[in-house]
Amino acid sequence: MAGYTRGSGRPNQWLRNLNAKFASVPMILTAVVIFLGGTVWTVVYSFTNSKLLPRLSFVGLDQYERLWAAPRWLMSVQNLVIYGFFSLVFSLVIGFLLAALMDQKIRFENTFRTIMLYPFALSFIVTGLVWQWLLNPEFGIQSVVRSLGWTSFAFDPLYNSNIVIYGILIAALWQGTGLVMCLMLAGLRGIDEDIWKATRVDGIPMWKTYLLVIIPMMRGVFITTLVIIASGIVKVYDLVVAQTSGGPGIASEVPAKYVYDYMFQAQNLGQGFAASTMMLVTVAIIIVPWAYLEFGGGRKRA
Amino acid sequence: MNLRSFAAALAVTVALPLGAASAADLEVTHWWTSGGEAAAVAELAKAFDATGNHWVDGAIAGAGSTARPIMVSRITGGDPMAATQFNHGRQAEELVQAGLMRDLTDIATKENWKDIIKPASLLDSCTIDGKIYCAPVNIHSWQWLWLSNAAFKQAGVDVPKNWDEFVAAAPALEKAGIVPLAVGGQAWQAAGAFDVLMVAIAGKDTFQKVFGDKDEEVAAGPEIAKVFKAADDARRMSKGTNVQDWNQATNMVITGKAGGQIMGDWAQGEFQLAGQKAGTDYTCLPGLGVNEVISTGGDAFYFPLLKDEEKSKAQEVLASTLLNPATQVAFNLKKGSLPVRGDVDLAAANDCMKKGLDILAKGNVIQGTDQLLSADSQKQKEDLFSEFFANASMTPEDAQKRFADIIASAE
Repeated sequence: MAGYTRGSGRPNQWLRNLNAKFASVPMILTAVVIFLGGTVWTVVYSFTNSKLLPRLSFVGLDQYERLWAAPRWLMSVQNLVIYGFFSLVFSLVIGFLLAALMDQKIRFENTFRTIMLYPFALSFIVTGLVWQWLLNPEFGIQSVVRSLGWTSFAFDPLYNSNIVIYGILIAALWQGTGLVMCLMLAGLRGIDEDIWKATRVDGIPMWKTYLLVIIPMMRGVFITTLVIIASGIVKVYDLVVAQTSGGPGIASEVPAKYVYDYMFQAQNLGQGFAASTMMLVTVAIIIVPWAYLEFGGGRKRA
Repeated sequence: MNLRSFAAALAVTVALPLGAASAADLEVTHWWTSGGEAAAVAELAKAFDATGNHWVDGAIAGAGSTARPIMVSRITGGDPMAATQFNHGRQAEELVQAGLMRDLTDIATKENWKDIIKPASLLDSCTIDGKIYCAPVNIHSWQWLWLSNAAFKQAGVDVPKNWDEFVAAAPALEKAGIVPLAVGGQAWQAAGAFDVLMVAIAGKDTFQKVFGDKDEEVAAGPEIAKVFKAADDARRMSKGTNVQDWNQATNMVITGKAGGQIMGDWAQGEFQLAGQKAGTDYTCLPGLGVNEVISTGGDAFYFPLLKDEEKSKAQEVLASTLLNPATQVAFNLKKGSLPVRGDVDLAAANDCMKKGLDILAKGNVIQGTDQLLSADSQKQKEDLFSEFFANASMTPEDAQKRFADIIASAE
């Protein structure tokens, strides 16, 4: 460092830390070629009428017009909004509540934690199949309750177009809240004991401490959790395939399934690419302002 | 080493590669996995193994809609199998145009496929730019209504002889706790059932105008409105099916839990496997008993272009084995489909297959929708009809409008 400042002019920024720069070349190449390159390629081909094989014959916005006129796509978007909103709210709330309960120095905490986290170890396909059976009116919850004597009991969300998306939501929450709980628990454990002591001395009720002191202190954990949940929401596919395969009719379709079906089953790559581009745009609209606030703003502060 | 043993050793080195050249392992992919289908495909494997080669079975579970993307991505990704099933028609069109498939014209001319394959439209579907790219193995027709005799007996009504009688019998079936019409949840089943209703109710010419000429005015017209009316009946009758796969729906008919099912003749394999007899245990009505026309879509084997010469030779052997009269009979009897050759003897055929053969001989045939429409239009149609069958609040008029739009944009 000292050698540079004694030199004639400003040191060449590009030559500093050459080793580190050289070492990051593979990563940069991967990011640019695979992630960025693949994305650009997909967006470009979404303006073509590629069928089974990609070909460069441009048709302007035709694929997008067709996409936004397709009832199935509109249904998919609507489902994603409902599913996304509720799964975000419920997994955060339930996850935090479980973590707060777990944080009360209870006995057998390890056992409970393991039980709560177990569903997360299952793949979405397994989760989906398990809940398909549980929610099946002839084998699952409905028949069990009926056999107990309540014969008019009806609970068959997967076979009712109006509420099928909530049936999927139940399975998703069952699987996902354990992870959220663990993340939150880690955050709670990171809070200094002294803060608790201080609030106790001041006589602040526990719920108020959580709400006004602890949660604001856990901002980082909340943001991490939010990103993990949100990315899970946008890409939800296998759960739907295992539980309902989009049915009844098109009532539980989701965007990722539209993309797959049109790319491979309908042999219409252009349409699939247009749909996946729309998914990317949605994610970008959410992620970019957040990333700007989180990282761009952070640098200025520092 | 004396001279003789040297000569023998020499002979062995020469003979070995020659002997090996005539035997090869060929991987064949297909989506025949239900009980009846698996029994049928075993016949093909047996026949091919008898030629000294070896059939490596590459069954892909799930319907064609699951299997086809896997097959296509293997072919386009440079890892082709030796042969693969497709429904002949437009599914493999682009693969052929991209030069990924093998031209079978030589062997086809040598074995005279043009003369033996009946109806000729089957081979036409394999032909692109004058060259033949696939070997058809069977004729599958969609236009069948399968009825459970036991279910109707339980409901106390006669087994219907046509669609209208079936609709009239529906309330009696419902009263007996039987679902009148089983329609599985997979989207292609609803779309297929509609196509069948169309041929039966609107007739052959209208069908051709809508799917062949893509005439949107006919699709929006009064003839098709009648078909949507019937589809509305079918929707009401299918309420409470609650199964996904077609063979589960067929099973409902076999066990008498459902009155009937509109399904292609591949359902027959399931009846056979369950030990049921046509006429006594179940009844089949081609063309829904209204309009005895059958479509001649079906399965065909396509052969991807391979670099390996031995395997390429074995591909030819496989192609000719598939069309061999003995293989045709053994395979189609198990599968419940009709042979692609007019000259084979199907004395062992059951009641329903004989009806099919009869219609075929009379020439009352149409092309299947797979042959007429692109996969893209088919998918749009599936989306429409799976929604229509699941959503009772969707009116037939709305559905018809969307149907006409799909036909208008079809290519």
